[in-house]
This record gives sequence, structure tokens and C-alpha cells, in this order.
Amino acid sequence: MEKRVIFKNRVLPYLLVAPQIIITLVFFIWPAFMALYQSVQQEDPFGLKTTFVGLDNFAYIFTDAIYLNSIKVTMIFSFSVAVIAMSTALFLAAMADRVIRGATTYKTFIIWPYAVAPVAAAVLWYFLFNPTVGMISFFLKAIGIDWNFTLKGGQAMVLVILASAWRQISYNFLFFLAGLQAIPKSFIEAAAIDGASPAKRFWTIAFPLLSPTFFFLLVMNLVYAFCDTFGVIHAITEGGPNEATNIMVFKIYHDSFESLDLGGSAAQSVILMFIVIALTVIQFRYIERKVHY
Amino acid sequence: MVEHRPWLTFLTHAILLLGCLIIAFPIYTTFVASTHSLETITSFFPFLPGRHLIENYQQALTVGSGEVGATVGSMMLNSLIMALGIAIGKISISLLSAFAIVYFRFRFRMFFFWMIFITLMLPVEVRILPTHKVVADLNMLDSYSGLIFPLIASATATFLFRQFFMTVPDELCEAHRIDGGGPMRFFFDILLPMSRTSIAALFVILFIYGWNQYLWPLLVTGDESYYTLLIGIKRMLDVGEGQADWHIIMASTMLAMVPPVLVVIFMQKQFVRGMTETEK
Repeated sequence: MEKRVIFKNRVLPYLLVAPQIIITLVFFIWPAFMALYQSVQQEDPFGLKTTFVGLDNFAYIFTDAIYLNSIKVTMIFSFSVAVIAMSTALFLAAMADRVIRGATTYKTFIIWPYAVAPVAAAVLWYFLFNPTVGMISFFLKAIGIDWNFTLKGGQAMVLVILASAWRQISYNFLFFLAGLQAIPKSFIEAAAIDGASPAKRFWTIAFPLLSPTFFFLLVMNLVYAFCDTFGVIHAITEGGPNEATNIMVFKIYHDSFESLDLGGSAAQSVILMFIVIALTVIQFRYIERKVHY
Repeated sequence: MVEHRPWLTFLTHAILLLGCLIIAFPIYTTFVASTHSLETITSFFPFLPGRHLIENYQQALTVGSGEVGATVGSMMLNSLIMALGIAIGKISISLLSAFAIVYFRFRFRMFFFWMIFITLMLPVEVRILPTHKVVADLNMLDSYSGLIFPLIASATATFLFRQFFMTVPDELCEAHRIDGGGPMRFFFDILLPMSRTSIAALFVILFIYGWNQYLWPLLVTGDESYYTLLIGIKRMLDVGEGQADWHIIMASTMLAMVPPVLVVIFMQKQFVRGMTETEK
């Protein structure tokens, strides 16, 4: 799609795109190249000279038990967040789509947690589940569960998943509800006249028609869990206990600024970069979208 | 609804109400904790708001907590500057680049377009250390420009405005040219006023995005006078074996949530529009 009527000017268009392009080059493309470059370099302990080591950094991290564990943790974490946030949101959206009275009020009350930052959400859940002052941890102890996420890896994982999924419910709800409301009422009415129950109508009509929304949200939730949940991990567990919640993005941060392992963290960055690029390509290439290029 | 089933309608409302309550529960307990003294919070779990609301919030805003070294008031100001800077910056440079790409033909036009597209695939999280190094080399650590500029490139905003400009009738541009108007006059007098609703929708989304940034301010701020509120809250939690000031932390967390939540509630229409138009 091209405009028929345009302005003619030799210099102006370059000036107009310049701010965006300069920022993109300086803060996006150049650092990405540096990450690629550093991932094939090894720096000596004093930072005096670097040598080209080819794919040694990659070979090293893939034999490193801590990194392999971090991949496993990231997968469990990301898919759990996506499944919990999406199923809860779909359920609530299906309910909200049914009601006539009060629909807008419910919508407002369900979407506002989206405005809460992941790290603020982390603080809320950290407080509730805190072993010494938390209300929920108190009740868990009362029913005989030995709750202490600062020592038990599995419990720490449950907590960071809950804290991360909670605000994502709002996001998914918004898109599922929009998807459900876009389904022509005549489909639903025709099925109802044929005697299909509300549950049957949902699974045989609404759910299949929602599949584009479903896949779009799956990709968005995975990207969210891979990248944006850094704050949740940083505030609640710092990757612990015993690496149980050490997701890839947190490990990159830790190796860059605490362990100062430049080559290793660059190699990890490159791998995460490829995962995010792959997810973005899937989203734009295979998922129905409104933007046309 | 298609058929009349009072029992099912009742059940639907009950489930939705329960859903809303469960979703709101963590925020409610936070609010309750922010209105009690530290002794009350640590000794038992209050279910109803207490009498220390004004005291706690006042202490947070003007004194702060522990050894953070900055008051919540000053950190909120930093968060606000960052959020506004990012929202306004992203919208401005995206409007300009979308205008160039739609209304001009020039060498490397598509090359620039794809370069902007690539930023979608490179969030800060995948290039933490090198971006930090660039900002350090440019002497932008601990400054508002360091907090704002590295985040204001925006593929989604550029695409949104490009889409919108494509729908602007050619006749408007033709008429403007016949009247002898130049491109920048066209941009400011015609395109900008027409883009109002898109700008408002984007502004809501980007304000929330900017306010909620965490990793980036963590990387570029070492000096507490540039801490954003979310960084400050994390610092308040870092007490090691000591007792965290939960009443102040909870008041600060409430203050960190209030601006973006108010924006969503009062600008819900723009928010929903922004979400559904930018993400797809």
C-alpha cells in the first residue's frame, strides 16, 4: 500500500526519520551486535585483552549444569504462567460475555491489575506469602503445610508463577473478551435453537473461533514470561533457593553484573535474543494481524 | 443472552464476583497493611484498615524507609519524569518517522522501515550488558536522559501512526498542496489534529509502560537521587536478616500502583483501544 499524493523534498524525510533511526542504531542495533561479538570473545581476568574463541562460550554454557537448569526452569515457569493466566482469563471472559447487566463494571475490575508493574505485583505476593508476616503462609502452616519459599525451591517457583500470572490475567481477559464479543450472535442463537447447551456452544463455536486470539496470546504470554518477569524474580527470590527460580533473563543479569562473566553472559544473551526473535517472527508471520506491511 | 436461565445467570454473576474478589485480594491486603503500624502487621493479620493511614503515607512520602536514602516523594517524581519522557518521546519520534515513511519517497525508505521493525525483537532483556556499556560510554548513567532515551525507539507506535496516515484521504493533502502549503504545515495543521485519538490511546499505554519500567532503571541508576519508585521499593525490601518496614513498603507500593491504575480506570476507553491496536 502506497500513498498516491506525496511531498517532494530531498532532505526533510531524512531529518524526520533521524531521531528514531539514531536511537535505534545507538541503543538497539549496536548493543545487539556487541552481544554477538562478545559471545565469541574471551576476556582475560584483568580485562586487558580479549581473544577470539569461536563458539567456545556456547559450548561451555551448554555443558554448564547451572545454565541447563536455568533453561529447564525458564520453560516450566513460562508455560505455567501462560497456562494459568490464559485459562483463568478465558474462563472469566466467557462468563463476562454472558452477562448483560454489570458487564462494564466487571471488565473494569478485571483489567486494572494490568497497570500494576510486575515488580509491584511481586511485592504484593511476597507480602502475602512471607514466612514471617504473610497471611496466606500463616493459613498454610495452620493446615499443616511447611511453607517457607526461601528454603524450598518448589514453593518459590509456585510463588513467582502466581505473582507473574496474576497481572497477566487482565491482559488475556481483555483480548479474549474482545474475541468473544466479535463472534456473530447469530451463530450462538442458531446453535441455541438447535438445543445446544451453553457449555456445548462455548466449546463447539466460540472456542474454535477464538483460536487466532489464543495463539496470539500464547506467544505474548511467553514473551512476557521470558523477559518482563525479571522484576518478579529479582524482588522475590533472586533466582534462589538453590537456582530453583533462576530464569534465563535473571541469570544473564546476574552473570553480567555479579559474576562478571562477559563471554558467558553474552552467549546467553544471544540465545535469549534468538528465542525472542523466533517468537516475534512466529507472531507476525503466522498469526492473523491488523498491521499490513 | 440467548435463553432465559435465571439460575445460570446467578451462577455467572457469582463466579465473576468471586473472580474480581480474588484478583483484588492482594491489593486489598496491601492497602490494609499500609494503614497499620509495623507492630500490628507483624503480630497478627488485620483484615480491616487501621488508623495509621496518614501517618504511614506521610512518613513514606517525606522520610522514606531504612537506608534507601531517598523519599518516596522524590522517587515518584523520578518515575513520573521517566514515564512522561518515554510516552512523549516515543509518540513524537514515531509520528515524525511515520510521516516521513508515508508522505515521502526517498532512498533507504524501506530499509529504515525494517530497521525500526527490528527493535521489536530486541527488548532490553536480551542485550543487558552492551546497552549498559553504551549508556556508560555516553556518560548517561544516573541522568534522566539515560533513563529515557534508550527506551524511546518504538516500532509499534510507528506502525500504528503509519496505518492511520494511510487512511487519511489523499484529497486533504492535495488541497493543502494546491493552497501552497509545505509538508510541515500539513503535518502540524492537519495530520496532528486528526491523530488525536490514536495519540491519546498510545499515551495511556506508554505512560503505564514507562512508569512500570524496572530492569532499565536498575541498570542505569546507582545514585539514589535518580531512583524510580519501583527501584526504591526493592531497596526497602533488602534488609537482610533485619525486619523490613512493612507499613512503609506497603504504603510505597500503593503509591507506585495508584498513578497507572487511575489512568486505566479513568481512561479505560483509550486504554482498551491502545491495547488492541498496538499489540496486533
